[in-house]
This record gives sequence, C-alpha cells and structure tokens, in this order.
Amino acid sequence: MSTTFDLATTPLREVNAALHAPGISGDFVIGNPQGAHNVAVGLDAPVSVTVEGHVGYYAAGMNQRADVTIRGNAGTGLAENMMSGTVHVTGNASQSAGATGRGGLLVVDGDAAARCGISLKGLDVVVGGSVGHMSAFMAQRGRMVVRGDAGDALGDSIYEARLYVRGRVQSLGADCEPKEMRAEHLEELADLLKTAGFEEDDPASYTRYGSARTLYHFHSDNTY
Amino acid sequence: MTSAPDDLASRGLRESATFDRTTIAAIQRAAETGIYDIRGWGAKRALPHFDDLLFLGASMSRYPLEGYRERCGTDVVLGARNARFPLHLDIPVTIAGMSFGALSGRAKEALGRGASETGTSTTTGDGGMTQEERGHSQHLVYQYLPNRYGMNPDDLRRADAIEIVLGQGAKPGGGGMLLGQKVSERVAGMRDLPVGIDQRSASRHPDWTGPDDLTIKINELREITDWEKPIYVKVGASRTYYDVKLAVHAGADVVVVDGMQGGTAATQEVFIEHVGIPTIAAIPQAVQALQELGVHKKPDGVQLIVSGGIRNGADVAKCLALGADAVAIGTAALIALGDNHPRYAAAYQALGSAAGFYDQFQAGQDPAGITTQDPDLQQALDPVAGGRRVANFLRVLTMEAQTVARACGKAHVTHLEPEDMVALTVEAAAMTRIPLAGTSWIPGQGSW
Repeated sequence: MSTTFDLATTPLREVNAALHAPGISGDFVIGNPQGAHNVAVGLDAPVSVTVEGHVGYYAAGMNQRADVTIRGNAGTGLAENMMSGTVHVTGNASQSAGATGRGGLLVVDGDAAARCGISLKGLDVVVGGSVGHMSAFMAQRGRMVVRGDAGDALGDSIYEARLYVRGRVQSLGADCEPKEMRAEHLEELADLLKTAGFEEDDPASYTRYGSARTLYHFHSDNTY
Repeated sequence: MTSAPDDLASRGLRESATFDRTTIAAIQRAAETGIYDIRGWGAKRALPHFDDLLFLGASMSRYPLEGYRERCGTDVVLGARNARFPLHLDIPVTIAGMSFGALSGRAKEALGRGASETGTSTTTGDGGMTQEERGHSQHLVYQYLPNRYGMNPDDLRRADAIEIVLGQGAKPGGGGMLLGQKVSERVAGMRDLPVGIDQRSASRHPDWTGPDDLTIKINELREITDWEKPIYVKVGASRTYYDVKLAVHAGADVVVVDGMQGGTAATQEVFIEHVGIPTIAAIPQAVQALQELGVHKKPDGVQLIVSGGIRNGADVAKCLALGADAVAIGTAALIALGDNHPRYAAAYQALGSAAGFYDQFQAGQDPAGITTQDPDLQQALDPVAGGRRVANFLRVLTMEAQTVARACGKAHVTHLEPEDMVALTVEAAAMTRIPLAGTSWIPGQGSW
C-alpha cells in the first residue's frame, strides 16, 4: 500500500516536508509533477518514491538511502550531490545529471545532456543512451557508463573517476585518455550494467577512459 | 647591507616610480622561472580605502552619547526574511569563510572559539565542515561553493546558515586552488582527491548557470533544510550593483560583498592586484541596489555583509555607515591568531620572507601554524589561546565602532549613516558618494 501525493493539489513544500518526516518508511507516489522543480529533494530514509511524470531541476537532489523512480524526463541537476540510494529516470535527463554525486546509483534510461557526471565524487552513473559535451568534467571519483556516444571534451580535467563508453566519443577533454580494459574493469562494468538492468551488454564492447594525470602538478607555484 | 632610500637619494640616485624595486624583482623572477606567482593575502597595492573617510562627530547640530555609560547597541539579525531560524548575533563583526585545507584544523577551531565567545558567526570554506569547527562554533555559516568539496546534506542541516559563494574579492571570476603541499590525507579524504596533488577548483557552479537557475537552487537548499536556514549569496566586488540586484531577485536573504582587499589562501598575484574593485567602491553600489528593491534596512529585508580589508573598529563603523548591516573579517582574524607576528621573524627569514610581509599561505610552511597542514607546524597555534586573541580582537573592533557611533550620537552602531562622514580624497568622494571634507561636493553630483 503506497501513499500518494498529487502535486496538482498539494504544495511541493508539503510533499517534501512529509518525505522528511523522522522515521519514515514505505512506498510513495507523487502524481502530476508537471515539470516542478526540487521534487523529492533531501530525502534521507529507506523509502521508495515514484514520480509519475516529468520533473524540473534538481529532482531527487542530495538523495540519501531512498529509491526514487521518475517515470518521465528530468530537468537540470537530476540527483545532484546524491549520497546513496538509487535514482532511476525512465526518460531523458537534462544537463548536469548526477553533478557532484558522492554515492549510490543513478540510471537514466534515455540520453543525458551536457555535463553529465560533472565533478563526480563517488556516484555510479549509468546512461542508457548518449551524453552531451563536457560530461565527467573534473570527475574525481565514481564511475560513469555510457551505452551510447559521448559529446565533446569527455572527462576534461578528470581525476580518478572511471568512464566506460560503448559508442563514439566526439573528443576527449584535457588530461583524459583511453585506458586498458583489464579483467577487474570488465568485471566491475558487468556488475554496473547488471545492476542498472543492462546485463545483455558485452562489457568488452566498451572502452575505458581515465586520467593521464598530467595536470596533477601543474607547476605554477612559486614560493620564492 | 642595503641602503635606505634617503641615502640613495642624497647620492643623486632616483628610483623609477614605474619600475620600482618590487616591479624589477617581479620581472626578474618571471624571467628566471617562467611561471606566474601565486601567493596568499589580498591586494597589497595602495587603494582607495576606509582611511579615505572620516567621521564628523557631534557638536552643536548633533547630540553625542556619553562614551562610558549610555547604551550603544551592537546586535544584528540576519536572514529573517525567509528562514525559520534567522541568525541573532551579538556583534556586527563576523568571521569570513576560510577553508579547512587552506587553514589548519586548529586555526578553524580557534576562529570558532573566538567567534562563539563574542556571540558572532564563523564560516566554513571550500573544503567542507570539520568537527573542530562545528563543535566550537555557536553560529556556523556553511559555504556552498562551485566544487562542493566535502558538501553533504547532513552538514547542510547542521549549519546555522548557508552561503552560496559566487566569488570572492581577491579573485572575482576565478576558481580556487590548493597546492599539493597542503593536500594531506585528511584534506584529500574530505575532498575526494588523491593525496598530495595540486587541487583545482572550478570557477562556476556545476549545476546552474545564471540568476534564474540560482532562484531554483536557493529553493532547493531551502526545501532540503525545510526552510530553517538563512541563505546568503556571496559575490566578489566587481559589477556589484547588478550582482546584488540579481542575488536579491534570486531569493537571497543576505548578500555578502567582498572587496578586492579581501584575502585568499592561494591566487595568482596578477589576479589579486588587478581584478575587482575596492571595498569602498562596492558598498554604495550594493546599498543602491538594495534600496531600489526596497529591502535595505528593513526587518524583513535583505541584509548586507561587507568584507575586504577591515582592520579596526573605524573600518567597521565606516562599513556600517555606508549601509552594511554587518562586516566580515578574514586577514585581520588571522593576524589576531598570530599570523606575521614578530616572534616568528627568524622562521619567516628562513623562508625568504619577513614578519609583516609573509604571504606564502599556499606553501604550507607557515611557522605560525595557521595556513599549514603540517602536524608539527600546527603545534605553534594553541586553539584556546588563539581563540582568546580572536575574541579580544572582535571585542576591540566592536568597542571602537561603538565609540565612533556614540560620538555621532547613535544609540546603535547600525544607526550610523553616510551623512556622518566626509571623504578625504576626490576618488573616495566619487566612489562613496560622500562629500569631500570641508565641502558639500560629491563628484558628479552638483557643485562646490
């Protein structure tokens, strides 16, 4: 039995406040989001939330422990800085999906726009389609899987995040380079694909990208 | 042994005003190394500043308050516009954002102790919230920066206010940097980075790009924290009038304006000295923006915090008289902690610097134990004693501001107003829109 909120009649503030209630658990449905921003942000409970429709900016932002499913498309900053739990979008995501995410799993069934996984800090991102330019910019930790293509400047200024792309990469950003797919990478990619529901993919058809580490000491200091 | 300038002049030697010895040394250094200079501190060049303003004091036309018995209030409320729990500070002087990473954990603790002892707030920085700081800070403002190092919703909820940082006075438009010498295991862990690498911070936020987006971002932070906390927006002083207007439109409860004298832990010298505008030039622009929006000095309005080169109670009073609700200090607080103290003269000399000149905050070799992550060097700073010095300094700033306010007949320091002051220079008069001393002339506004 789930609890349903209708955003056509219930203010967003009331919905988010209800989802922040101490000790909350169970299943929740949010109807009629109609592109609303900041839906289901700041959750910190073992709840399951299904949003029936398209959402605006920052849906499921900073998520902790909750499993959020968005049956539609998501706007800018989907699941930004999420800490744990899962966020699943059945449609496409706009720019900066998973920005600065620190943990958990973000799955976008469709495409993700520019800057997907920007400043990644530990989150796993799996994109069913393609990602736009500047994706994984300054990505520090975590993993990003792209089943389609990647736009320009993939992984620009990347640190220690690992990127797996099956399709074509328009161009690599500064300090990002293709890496060897060793057994442990094939294994972790197979796990990620399986967890995200794409177990039919052959991990060997992907290319791994990571940091060339040439920017780690940029020789600009002068202490004399 | 070097000759004093007077000796050189008596021998007929003339130093170039354009190519002075500092400039010559900079050219020689660049030619030698091929890399630009990075340092800490703020702008070091002479700029129009608070010294270019004077208070008039009361006489026949104004009635002063007695200095030692009549009350002159100092408390301020910040962020009552939207937050369920606005900040109530006892004094209008706060501690500016400085990161753990740039500063040692002991320095952050000492700042928290000093601020708490005097009933004011301190601020985190680009590196997250440490337990030392949270544990010793009665009022802690949590900075939300482009790189979001150490950012997490638990700390957002533990904060007393949230400050979205768009820039700082030392480098408007620039990102941060923390050189590898200071990226210790603890700092690296908090920032999700490998130990010892040069850490680059972005200059733009990763998930919003303009004022309309900022509106949504502010609402997100409010929703996550259930509308409990005041939301500040901090800008480096540049196009201040427009920036403040946009920040207010986006929903800021408090706007922080940091002038180019504001400090940094590590920035290119060329950035520090050549980008941004002086603090006194920025304040009137910010005040005009707030006034035009009808939110200046109103109970449910937007408060203005000013920082950038504030050194004493007169500077505090001048900021408030120009229209600020509170000020923030950074460099001065570090000096109060012990930075550049003569007792470290030998150590500074060994580093190629001198007490009073040390600005190599990026190097992590600070003998005062403040801008370092070296466990041995950190021992130089006792956080309890340091906190006491910061508290003493904050008290002096407050008492000095009260002294000036009473002399101007004000029962609260925030009642100081522009007409309590005159300008000493044409430049300061033009920037602050305050008449040149002895005249009623404001450049660009009317005649002598």
